[in-house]
Amino acid sequence: MSQRTVVIASRVGLHARPASLFAQAVAASGAQVTIGKQGEPSMDGSSILMVMALGIGHGEEVVLESEDDDVLDQLVTLLETDLDAE
Amino acid sequence: MSTQNAVLQGVGVGRGAVWGPVATVRPAPVVPADEPVPADPAAAKEKVLAAFSDVAAGLRAQAEGASATIADVLTATALMADDPALRAQTGQRIDKGEPPLHALVAVIDSFAVMFTAAGGYLAERVTDLNSMRDRVVARYQGLPEPGVPPLDRPAIIVAPDLSPADTAALDLEKVLGIVIEQGGPTGHTAIIAGQLGLPCVVRATGASSLVDGDIIAVDAANGTVTLDPDDATKAAVETRRAGLATLAEATEATEDGATADGHRVALLANIGTAEDAERLTDAAVEGVGLFRTEVLFLGAATAPTEDDQARVYARAFSALGGRKVVLRTLDAGADKPLAFVTQAGEENPALGVRGFRLVRHAEELLRTQLEAVARAAKETGGTPWVMAPMIATVEEARQFAAMAREAGIQTVGVMVEVPAAALRARDILAEVDFVSLGTNDLAQYTMATDRLLGSLVDLLDAWQPAVLDLVAATAAAGVETGKPVGVCGESAADPIMALLLTGLSITSLSMSPSAVPAVRFALSKHSLETCRAIGEAARQAPTAAEARAAALALVDPQVREVLALG
Repeated sequence: MSQRTVVIASRVGLHARPASLFAQAVAASGAQVTIGKQGEPSMDGSSILMVMALGIGHGEEVVLESEDDDVLDQLVTLLETDLDAE
Repeated sequence: MSTQNAVLQGVGVGRGAVWGPVATVRPAPVVPADEPVPADPAAAKEKVLAAFSDVAAGLRAQAEGASATIADVLTATALMADDPALRAQTGQRIDKGEPPLHALVAVIDSFAVMFTAAGGYLAERVTDLNSMRDRVVARYQGLPEPGVPPLDRPAIIVAPDLSPADTAALDLEKVLGIVIEQGGPTGHTAIIAGQLGLPCVVRATGASSLVDGDIIAVDAANGTVTLDPDDATKAAVETRRAGLATLAEATEATEDGATADGHRVALLANIGTAEDAERLTDAAVEGVGLFRTEVLFLGAATAPTEDDQARVYARAFSALGGRKVVLRTLDAGADKPLAFVTQAGEENPALGVRGFRLVRHAEELLRTQLEAVARAAKETGGTPWVMAPMIATVEEARQFAAMAREAGIQTVGVMVEVPAAALRARDILAEVDFVSLGTNDLAQYTMATDRLLGSLVDLLDAWQPAVLDLVAATAAAGVETGKPVGVCGESAADPIMALLLTGLSITSLSMSPSAVPAVRFALSKHSLETCRAIGEAARQAPTAAEARAAALALVDPQVREVLALG
């Protein structure tokens, strides 16, 4: 199991469109990915409801976990982008 | 379903009107309280999961044809319907023997509780969750999709009420108007309809009896919904639509004011500060017809210095670029006393030392102001017109013109607000380059009526025949001498009066910037000849009320309708 720590770049946090893009990317990858705040229980990354319920704000740090390093790297890139600006 | 031209009365939002077919919004499905536990839980679970998938697929299909903002909402809602956590939790509850719809409602509610607790953005998404829930429940029950139906032709949306999500999902290209039975004129449906410019009637009692395909006419100005409208009703709707479209264009328009046949009338703004001038940057006015400078002086314990004044004037001139600006020198006294100049103990301050008359004992005040204006003009490359208020005699006009030209002002004028000046306008125009009529004060002095006395407001009417006579006399002197005569009082903002003034050969109208679009629109719909006829008709009337009625009778019906002139 690999881990990545990433700071959310989207100005609105991991809500709305950014949350939806993230959940879609996880689902499309086919890999099992969890997401959570440091030290808190992690959630299924492909569930937009769970991801939104985490209530992750702009500039907050999250931990991603998966067996698939390539998928993790892609997701880190995604979260480091201001998805709301695009 | 209905007798022709039966009318439902409600509360209108806006002024729009439209007619077309009804599209009713379907109510949310109800989960029966006594929903049985299915005999075959596995089959029931499959059916619920299929309903989730179908709803998600439907939302995605809808998103494809929608605008970007709505597509985002629909895609996110589709993603919720397909959510693996949601599906798994619902499935587990059904496996444990819960009735399927209760299970799915319980799971969605648990997310709704979480979102509501989080507050802010997430709490607002609860509406999306609930609309997704209603869709899945309806799908499971084999009912048509709740909410706004997909529109295959332009239609008027009829509903008990619309949720914000329903309103957000509206396909605006196909929505002609909105009729709701509940809600209120300040509710969210009304607000959104207002923003979108959709004709809307709320609290339309009886609207729930309408069915898909009924033809109705919606008149927001009168708050009515007409069932099966006849040709005359439809025609009235079309007239209003065309008129409002034209008015909208006129509001967007930035072209110079002119009559239908191209006779130019400058449309100008009244301002009081440099900030006002800066706000005019995008306003469709040709310049400033009245820059009241007293604001600079009011509240000050001592007169502002030439430097201070020059800075403010320069800022205003720069903001206006090359546009025309008419600056009025200090108009203090009467209702605008100044600590450092106003004489105490005047019994009738409106008839006392005010306006240009201050020069009698405080000449330096005016000289300093004129120097400041001239300096600001030089610094900014502007060419302001400068006029003095409260001129009653030719000598006063002559004295002011001499002082202003000495300071370096090129275009010098005076206000005509005292009947004496109006009656001798020809002689006054011999001394100055232009005059501007202040109709508020002109009415006050003509009718011997204190402007501040609300109980006499009928006497202050600019439609009073004697006031119109003085305006006409001043305008005629302008024609005779070939010099501009403007109007910068409240009356210029009245579209009917604006037509009359144009007919009397007034060359510019100055008003609050927000009044300009309606006046521009009214002007553009009448020829100079009609304006002249309006002027003649009004001037023959013996009373103010008859003068206005005579003018109104000649105003184009479409303009009357659009501007609600009565």
